[in-house]
Amino acid sequence: MTDLPKTAEPARARLSPRKKQQISRAVQYALLVVALVAIVLYADWGSLAQNFAKVDVAEHALPELFTIALRNTIIYAVGGFVFAFVLGLLLALMRLSQVRPYRWIAVVYIEIFRGLPALLIFLMITFLPLALPGFQVPFGTYGQGILGLGLVGAAYQAEVFRAGLQAVPKGQTEAARSLGMSATRAQVTVIIPQAIRMVIPPTTNQFVALLKDSSLVLFLGVSGEYVELAKFGNDLASQYANATPIMVAGVTYLIVTIPLGYLASRLEGRKGRKP
Amino acid sequence: MTHAIEIADLHKSFGDNQVLQGIDLTVEPGQVVCVIGPSGSGKSTLLRCVNLLETPTKGKVFVEGVEVTDPDVDLDAVRRRIGMVFQQFNLFPHMTALQNVMIAQRRVLKRGRSEAEAIARENLEKVGVGDKCDTLPGQLSGGQQQRVAIARALAMNPDLMLFDEPTSALDPELVGDVLAVMRKLAEEGMTMLVVTHEMGFAREVADRVVFMDGGVVVEDGPASQVIGDPSQERTKAFLRRVLHPEG
Repeated sequence: MTDLPKTAEPARARLSPRKKQQISRAVQYALLVVALVAIVLYADWGSLAQNFAKVDVAEHALPELFTIALRNTIIYAVGGFVFAFVLGLLLALMRLSQVRPYRWIAVVYIEIFRGLPALLIFLMITFLPLALPGFQVPFGTYGQGILGLGLVGAAYQAEVFRAGLQAVPKGQTEAARSLGMSATRAQVTVIIPQAIRMVIPPTTNQFVALLKDSSLVLFLGVSGEYVELAKFGNDLASQYANATPIMVAGVTYLIVTIPLGYLASRLEGRKGRKP
Repeated sequence: MTHAIEIADLHKSFGDNQVLQGIDLTVEPGQVVCVIGPSGSGKSTLLRCVNLLETPTKGKVFVEGVEVTDPDVDLDAVRRRIGMVFQQFNLFPHMTALQNVMIAQRRVLKRGRSEAEAIARENLEKVGVGDKCDTLPGQLSGGQQQRVAIARALAMNPDLMLFDEPTSALDPELVGDVLAVMRKLAEEGMTMLVVTHEMGFAREVADRVVFMDGGVVVEDGPASQVIGDPSQERTKAFLRRVLHPEG
């Protein structure tokens, strides 16, 4: 028993924490180098370039890539976003309502539309005319796409708004009410404007998610002037039996989504810095 | 003459916690009444029951003869006549000082823009922050924020004012400015019910001081008597702790 410390002592001396860290770092770099070498040696670069980055195929995507595809992506995304924003705010207010059935309706809606794959909603929308004879979604394909994106987006946006509304201090309502404002007036003038300000960063992220989900419009069976980026890329890719148009569409998404992502984190940062 | 405030047998519980256990209190028009007492004694709850920010469990509250605890009363109309100033100011952070003072005039009293703005500027001037009209609350000191909050309440031409520990959240050097404004209001004859820890202010400005402890009124009388020569043992003990904290 007495020589226990003695055996522990040399063990510690053999590998200092600094030494251990150096070894760990070296192993990580070695793995990275091995992976890179393997990729460089075994990938068929010529074939990859032929299939994913063929310049003359990419050229065929212009100018419709921007004039039709990107334009439509933005129409679907912005339209769906406006729909989701308005319905989301309404659902959030219902979710926090004193009237119990309103709360139930909001909860059921939010759970269903967050729980289902967005794709399923889009597929259902294509069957709407069968279910409701004579019913037409206004604005045709645009309307259908915007409806699908809006219905799904509203469920997420409702939760964003709920968090914002609940984050407004209770004293704000008390101050408004003690000035003689009605409950509704206090919500509209004092609470909702503050909640919207607070949820600008997460709402920006919601818009990015919605912009990506606009690719699901593909499943509405759109064609011609209604195609958005994903459908556009996919059609051209089939036509030329080459993946380059899909890559081009992907890069176009990133041109929009990455700056928006940075914007969202900038806005978050600013909010954090303010007292 | 009708009382400005009349409180009769007021009880308030939060769950099992009985915060107010039978309060009787009247405030006459033009009077300044300060409520003092240890924290947790129910002072703020009492104040918040007057404009029904808290719903009493039992008992009645009358404001200028109107029973506000009557379920059929138009609460918004009652609250319009009662100015309230909070410990945490509760200014609307998304509006400038001027907009804070204008918004309820516009939306509640339906005053026109130019009239509301003139009244807002006048009141901000009166409380000494006339130069801060276009400043957002976040850029103001606590003392300035509280004075804007007082201007916001005054702009509604209230018949009486409730102050809920108006200086408790302020840095010590900013307390004086707020108390000076309140003193001026008192001199102008405003009816005021003030929950405060400022014994100097209470002694100097209050017509009456009410000492509360454990959800009941222990002592109620002229400031000179309740603070200067208290008759109840609990009042004496409290004042010893507050006035001579070093012992």
